[in-house]
Amino acid sequence: MIEVRKLLKRFGPKTVLRALDFHVEPGEFVVLLGPNGAGKTTFLRILASLSRPSLGQVSIAGHALPEQAAEVRRALGVVSHLPLLYGDLTAEENLQFYGRMYDLQNLDSRVTEVLQLVGLENRRRDLVRTFSRGMQQRLAIGRAVLHDPEVMLFDEPYTGLDQDASAMLDEVLRNVAARGRTVVMTSHDLARAEELGSRFDVLSRGVIAASCSQKELGASNLLSFYKQALAA
Amino acid sequence: MSTTVVRNKPSAFGSFLRAVGAIAWKDLAAELRSRELLSAMLVFALLVILIFNFALELDVKTRATITSGVLWVTFAFAGTLGLNRSMAVEKDRGCLDGLLLAPVDRSAIYFGKVISNLAFMLIVEAIVLPVYSILYNTNLFSLGLVGVILLGSIGYVAVGTLLSSMAVQTRTRDVMLPILLFPVVVPVLVAAVKASSGFLQSIPISEILPWLNLLVVYDIIFIAVAFMTFDYVVEE
Repeated sequence: MIEVRKLLKRFGPKTVLRALDFHVEPGEFVVLLGPNGAGKTTFLRILASLSRPSLGQVSIAGHALPEQAAEVRRALGVVSHLPLLYGDLTAEENLQFYGRMYDLQNLDSRVTEVLQLVGLENRRRDLVRTFSRGMQQRLAIGRAVLHDPEVMLFDEPYTGLDQDASAMLDEVLRNVAARGRTVVMTSHDLARAEELGSRFDVLSRGVIAASCSQKELGASNLLSFYKQALAA
Repeated sequence: MSTTVVRNKPSAFGSFLRAVGAIAWKDLAAELRSRELLSAMLVFALLVILIFNFALELDVKTRATITSGVLWVTFAFAGTLGLNRSMAVEKDRGCLDGLLLAPVDRSAIYFGKVISNLAFMLIVEAIVLPVYSILYNTNLFSLGLVGVILLGSIGYVAVGTLLSSMAVQTRTRDVMLPILLFPVVVPVLVAAVKASSGFLQSIPISEILPWLNLLVVYDIIFIAVAFMTFDYVVEE
């Protein structure tokens, strides 16, 4: 579903990603771990076609970047720590706007369905700027799943969320995974990552330093795997 | 997520137009609710013409010659405020990324923003003109002048929207836009001032025509340039 070969990303003299290889099968839930500054966000931005690689090949859902960027974007849903929502529009208007950008039909029923999914149906006519951080993140997830994408990218989605909002996000992520969608999520929360992920990759010094599946992890915990990967 | 998501039949041009319309609608709906951008532009524009009114003690003849200059200085400064704010709204909450993630040609974002920015600028101009007319006791109601204002505003917004999407990526975005914009937009301002002045002083159309031609050519060239380069301007 996601195929990355020899990916290199430079910002001026600084090389952030060094010949990185990455492969994700359909339906996998990959949690990308790594210290701050390891290049996780840069990597996700390249996958999301928001940033151009300096070298290397990226293809998602059978479409190559940057040549088939529109097809890749149609297959992607992205949630970052910023909500990507307009404060002066209502929850409903935000989703309708993004629905039009994705050229969706039956928009009213789809918007209602998504608002129910993220538990915001009773706030549909409220301005987004009146929402708490948790509610904004819930709506941001609604925005990302609106077009029912095959692949979902989550960049630190738990940042700034309280317990209730985090639990709600857990539920949405499980729902997405249960529907066979492919997920790549960056996180610093190892406990949550272990609970949700089917595979764990550690990004360090610009490459995938270690990778293991939930099965391979077995009885050992993710923290020790992560520490070993960073120490190697 | 139980219902099947249905997309409109693939039609590149249809999708493009729907995206342009969606962006313009979104900007206008948000602005009608907050009135942040329009009120800032309007107050600024009215203050500028008021200051000019007090600063310049004018007889009737001189007034006719400087009107177009005062008007276009007012429109240009007020327009810069609007252009800056319009793109800052997209950047601050990551909404620009949201737009860039949509599966449409990125020039649709440019054209959507151009339409909304142009609408804001024309609204301000429609309010400023009668106020100026009263304050300076000058008749501004001329179809030719309206045409020039429309052509000049299109050129100004076409360049301004492109450059504001560059400026918004910098740390000094508030000062960066005027520094980038004013040198590039000089031909539009000169042509618009000359053509406006021509219509206000009832100069024969044959003498105004070269300035109108310059405005039309500038508008076409910069819209074409923006169409070709916007994708690179907004991408990292």
